[in-house]
Amino acid sequence: MQKREPLAKDPAIQRFFATPMPSLDTPISDVPMVALDMETTGLDERRHAIVSIGLVPFSLDRIKLAERRYWVVKPPRPLDEASITFHHITHSEIAHAPDIEDILDPLLAALAGRIVVVHFRHIERPFLDAAIKARRGEGVMFPMIDTMSLEARLHRQKLWARFRRWLGRPPVSIRLDASRRRYGLPSYQGHHALVDALATAELLQAQIATHYEPTTPLGALWS
Amino acid sequence: MDVELLEIRQHMGQFPPFDGLSDELLDEIASRVEVSYFKTGTEILTLNETMTDLCYIRSGAVEVYRRQGELYNRLGEGDIFGHFNLLRNQKVRFPARAIEDTLLYFIPLDVFQKLCEEDDHFADFVELERPRLETAAEQQKKANDMMVTRIRKLVTRYPVMVEESTTVQQAAKQVSQSQASAVLVLKEGSTHPRYSFQDSEGRTWQVCGILTDSDFRTRIVAEGLSPQTPAGDVVSPRLITIQSDASIYEAMLTMLRNNVHHLPVLYRQRPMGVVHLSDIIRYETHSGLYLVSNIFHQSNVEGLARLAPDVSAAFVRMVQEGANSQMVGSALSTIGRSFTRRLLELAEESLGPPPVDYCFMVNGSMARNEQSIVTDQDNALILSDDFIPEEHDGYFKALATFVSDGLDACGYTYCKGDVMATNTQWRQPLSVWKSYFTDWIANPTPERLLHSSIFFDLDSLYGEDLFVEALQDLIAEQAPKSPLFLAAMARNALNRTPPLGFFRTFVMEKDGKHNNSINLKRRGTAPMVDLVRIHALACGSKAQNTFQRLDAIANTQLLATGMSDKLSYAFEFMCMSRLRHQMIDLQEERQPDNNIEPENVADSERHTLKDAFQVLSNAQKFLKFRYPVPSNRAGR
Repeated sequence: MQKREPLAKDPAIQRFFATPMPSLDTPISDVPMVALDMETTGLDERRHAIVSIGLVPFSLDRIKLAERRYWVVKPPRPLDEASITFHHITHSEIAHAPDIEDILDPLLAALAGRIVVVHFRHIERPFLDAAIKARRGEGVMFPMIDTMSLEARLHRQKLWARFRRWLGRPPVSIRLDASRRRYGLPSYQGHHALVDALATAELLQAQIATHYEPTTPLGALWS
Repeated sequence: MDVELLEIRQHMGQFPPFDGLSDELLDEIASRVEVSYFKTGTEILTLNETMTDLCYIRSGAVEVYRRQGELYNRLGEGDIFGHFNLLRNQKVRFPARAIEDTLLYFIPLDVFQKLCEEDDHFADFVELERPRLETAAEQQKKANDMMVTRIRKLVTRYPVMVEESTTVQQAAKQVSQSQASAVLVLKEGSTHPRYSFQDSEGRTWQVCGILTDSDFRTRIVAEGLSPQTPAGDVVSPRLITIQSDASIYEAMLTMLRNNVHHLPVLYRQRPMGVVHLSDIIRYETHSGLYLVSNIFHQSNVEGLARLAPDVSAAFVRMVQEGANSQMVGSALSTIGRSFTRRLLELAEESLGPPPVDYCFMVNGSMARNEQSIVTDQDNALILSDDFIPEEHDGYFKALATFVSDGLDACGYTYCKGDVMATNTQWRQPLSVWKSYFTDWIANPTPERLLHSSIFFDLDSLYGEDLFVEALQDLIAEQAPKSPLFLAAMARNALNRTPPLGFFRTFVMEKDGKHNNSINLKRRGTAPMVDLVRIHALACGSKAQNTFQRLDAIANTQLLATGMSDKLSYAFEFMCMSRLRHQMIDLQEERQPDNNIEPENVADSERHTLKDAFQVLSNAQKFLKFRYPVPSNRAGR
């Protein structure tokens, strides 16, 4: 990723890309990671906006809650009532929240040098990219570990999954809470960016303990 | 408090020792924990590795081992481990392994140390067995202390809450349905930050007031308001509340000072319940024990038998009021003795004066002054050596039968082992009794002593006390000099052993097997009584009560320093546990017994019981070593 650095103009983005990242063959037990989750007003990064971001740095053996970060941000467009039920952030909370511009520097600093872990990368990745592009004129795209696609590899792409589909059985749910239950992880009250980030970090630890090895190279897990 | 950490702090706040912590300390822990997942079968702590965190089980199950690989404990959700290691140079002495997929919270060493320094209850909990048993036993004494008990302890359920637009009729209906006596009225939004909180869906609410039963009368009905009036219109703007970690005493003062009978209890700004004055009064009741004088006013067996339900009621009251096991044991023994004494008086009234002197002797728990509510009768007659069977036994047989039948009618069932004065063998002159004891001590076999050990708890109840004292002297003189007798008694005392502890809703045995319930007398208090009796016999003590025996033992070199205190705390706790479960049985109108079901054991109780079992188990090991079968047995 360091090769992106000369291309970047924004100093925060430069610093982000300048921080060395673990290479593809690093064993997962040595990889510094950060679990990231966002609440958004909808699913389309062109029409919807981020309202909150939670993250927890972690490694294969410890999730460091003391280093957690959580921000509520003010979306550029006013909230419509329907979306409040979706993300549970209220008008009054957002009224005093900063614009995402104000938190981009600490956010990028918290992500730098760590592999980002999300559950369903098709939200976090495009929303983050679009938000940064809108404020700083250039985007950031980087590889992530997606616990949902790890779960999909196990339950959706195996021969057994195809057989189930052929039988007309419903596919195994790979949503966060359903996936966690398969590993004996407790149910958390959902829809809070930081709780979901914590839940995602725990899920990755469980997935690796169950289906991989601490020596599994990073390259086998990211996408 | 960050709302995102509520998930963690709410979970920890349910389990000891965290349940007693101040809200500030709980918040601090929640913000500092580190989380890790362990798959079934994974080592969590390895022998001798350095560790820097206290481990808390968020979900799953863990087994902890001794150095030699022997199972030490099996733990589930909400349990902690690793504290012994942390308190001793942070080297793992008790390795641990996940036996289910397990999620752990690690509490860093500096937080752990801070908790030990700032919270005595926490410090006691994590220290080794003795202090915890000690505090548990002491806490039972001052469980009534309103200065230290937090008001949240009296909160038994979530408050009834309605929006301000709800009609007073609807509000009244909800109060009735929940069998509550007050409702909190809420409005959305926040104008008064002190009473504003967020619900689980992130909506902001403000408590604008409380409507109580009497408000419905004075503010609505008496004023002739329509049932359709919105609750928000009638609620008083004056709101008196209390924080959940205030003491019961503070809550009472707040009520008195403001002349209110209902007090909403808040955790921070969030309402968690409503306490009523009667909850506090119920907590702090007084009542006495008038039963004994009543017993002596009865003129027949029927009258005495009618008092039996009062015994249960007195028992429940004592346990609820926080009496310790010695108080309960001696009160129940006094009651039992009073019944017996009154029956003997009635028998003598109808049979005439006795032809020769006699002593009515009690054995077992009544002799030890340790009766519980579940008890049978154990008694015997020691007659004067002037006794001539052909002439006198008819009288004493009738006397014994009258008393025994009367006791049975009063709820003291016949002894299954036939240790009763109605049995000719146990209705004998003093000289015969002396030969019984001499023979038991001089020619002991475990089999013979199994049935006679109950006579080694003996006390006079009525008549010529000197007869029993003569027997007590004989025992105190001969027993310490008879290693074979002590060895045989010790062997019998090891027949019944305690379990290892509890796991979820099961009793866990030392081999890891599970049971659904445990007879706390057979597996706890009785083996402890047996064990203490042997040490007392060995040191020539004439005390009968287990605590008094332990005091006597403490004055000798028989046990390591502090050991008899440890045994005394363990015994006290097991007795209290048994009493409490019998009280629950009575309150739920079940026949009380000696069984406790793990699902009815509170978390703190199960930890302390486990410690008590451990103390007993270690003491039994020592017993075997201290009273071996003498090697020169063949020569004796």
